Amino acid sequence: MSTTSKKDKFIANFMKNPVADAIGQQQTVREEAFQALRELEFPTLKDEAWKYTRVAGILNKEFEVKEVENPALSENYLIPDLKVNRLVFINGKFQSELSEVIDSDLDIKTTAQARFENHDAVGGYLGSLTNHKNEIFTALNTAFNQTGAFVQIQKNKKPQFPVHIIDVTEGEGVTYQPRNLFVLEEGAELDIIHTIEGDNGQSFTNLVNEFVVKENAKASYYQVQRNGEKNNHIQTTQVYQAKNSRFKTGTYTFGGKLVRNNVNIAVDGENCETILNGAFLLNGKQHVDNHTFVDHLQPHCESHENYKGIIGGKATGVFNGKVLVRPDSQKINAFQSNQNILLTEQAEINSKPELEIYADDVKCSHGSTTGQMDEEALFYLMSRGMTKGDAMGLMIQAFAAESIDIVEIEPLKQWIESLVEERCKEIQD
Amino acid sequence: MLSIKNLKASIEDTEILKGLDLEVKPGEIHAVMGPNGSGKSTLASVLAGREEYEVTEGDVKFNGKDLLDLEPNERAGEGLFLAFQYPVEIPGVSNMNFLKQAINSIREYKGEDAIAAKEFLKKVKEKQDLVGLSGRLANRSVNEGFSGGEKKRNEIFQMAMLDPKLAILDETDSGLDIDALKTVADGVNQLRTKDNAFIVITHYQRLLDYIVPDVVHVLSDGKIVKSGPKELALELEEKGYDWLKEDKGVNA
Repeated sequence: MSTTSKKDKFIANFMKNPVADAIGQQQTVREEAFQALRELEFPTLKDEAWKYTRVAGILNKEFEVKEVENPALSENYLIPDLKVNRLVFINGKFQSELSEVIDSDLDIKTTAQARFENHDAVGGYLGSLTNHKNEIFTALNTAFNQTGAFVQIQKNKKPQFPVHIIDVTEGEGVTYQPRNLFVLEEGAELDIIHTIEGDNGQSFTNLVNEFVVKENAKASYYQVQRNGEKNNHIQTTQVYQAKNSRFKTGTYTFGGKLVRNNVNIAVDGENCETILNGAFLLNGKQHVDNHTFVDHLQPHCESHENYKGIIGGKATGVFNGKVLVRPDSQKINAFQSNQNILLTEQAEINSKPELEIYADDVKCSHGSTTGQMDEEALFYLMSRGMTKGDAMGLMIQAFAAESIDIVEIEPLKQWIESLVEERCKEIQD
Repeated sequence: MLSIKNLKASIEDTEILKGLDLEVKPGEIHAVMGPNGSGKSTLASVLAGREEYEVTEGDVKFNGKDLLDLEPNERAGEGLFLAFQYPVEIPGVSNMNFLKQAINSIREYKGEDAIAAKEFLKKVKEKQDLVGLSGRLANRSVNEGFSGGEKKRNEIFQMAMLDPKLAILDETDSGLDIDALKTVADGVNQLRTKDNAFIVITHYQRLLDYIVPDVVHVLSDGKIVKSGPKELALELEEKGYDWLKEDKGVNA
């Protein structure tokens, strides 16, 4: 079977379902995506950006868009002691009964609804930032996405409560492709929490987020991924930052069969601050690939990146972080760090920090370290009465802490820390 | 309390302990002295359960239990404590979190409830004062950035917090100035009761000016070659260790 027919067969999975209506500019974007799907091929290990992540396993499977019969929200999906504006999607379908908006004047709706209303922001932005002409998974999402979350914050406004998007995957052979758009007008502020919840079924989800962060605006995007052993998840978060803006993101991955997280940030204004952190705690045969790209298009900006990998079992982690400083982007401070702990002989990490600098007056650094658990420290803790599991847990939590410290919403931070603690116990079993 | 019989232990196929016997009773302080390479630290490591050492023969009973069958944390649960010669720095793990978890692990092992926050804080304050570390542990990671003296004081502080039945001090005096040495010794003396015991491993006699042992043992080539009252330490200080080897030669 040639790769082309494999591609067609895979894309045919999505053809079975009617795509959401699109008009005007949205129709053009979608047509571009379909055109791209005809021209592009799915990546193989020969593609530099996919060198360590083999998607062929996903392409060979059959998936379909499936609704669940009795949608319900597990208590387990909620963050303790945190009031939020909650949007719940199950298998990609919006669940209005399970959702709740508590900020009275918040402009929040599904992207399907926003499209239906031909919302200005959707017409102007959805698909305007993404690379759907060149990235096949983004093209796939752009062509076939049904809905997602759309939030627009007006000038100088800030919702009282964070927005919590819950994406749940349930059942066998499920696929869906959420499309989220967040627009922050000048001086606006927004905190988004996005939790991805999987189950034991095989699935393929392909998420695209777009963030428009205008002058003086501040956006935070915290993501917690809790996919199961058979959930495949690919996502791209595309960010545009105008001057004096801040964008902060934390990606915390606790599972998944194959997970690929792309974060692409175009810093297109002076005096911007960009923070991108992440932690991945892997076990079994999980594969998690974090690809980040910070494009410093303008001078006088600062970016900080800190990813921590804790890899057990036969799992594989990938970190590829690129920072590009363009020729006229002087006075850039860019720092990038990826540290990893391998818990077993079979655990693997491929770490590739990249700095590409074309300006001469910049301060940039990057580093990657990979090591094993400090046996001497483990013995020290055990000699004080802790079981090996507790001692390892304490050390892993300490290791991951730095990447979680950026979370400014205290109940969320505590929740993530508790997930790390829980995960530590699983990793050792 | 502790009964060691014919203990033989190796590391990477090199035999270090070659048939060691030792009996420690409640309320006693035993000093173990000996030249470098005689096996002092190996003894401490084997008793605490360090994995690198392989016990090839012998028997160690601790309050009736077979110590060598227990994991390091179980040994701590049974009331054994090792003050490390080189305390480990653990970045990111706060002293207080570490201590609390240690205390509660031991309590859990004994089937007791976790310590109340108030009781914990009271105990921390009291025991910090004992070793002169007041206010120097909060908001810091375990041993991170501590001076040599602070690390050793922290070992004694942990000992005071965990209240062991048997504490082994592995060259706690090495690298300490006289003030720190006195503080460490004061700590030990104040913790001493009729129910607990100490094994003080040291190369030099000076610590024994402050911690007065009931028995002094001389370890040489993996065996205890001589045991005697506290005056033996002074004799060693004066004559060195060589005369014992000759002594042994005569005996053999």
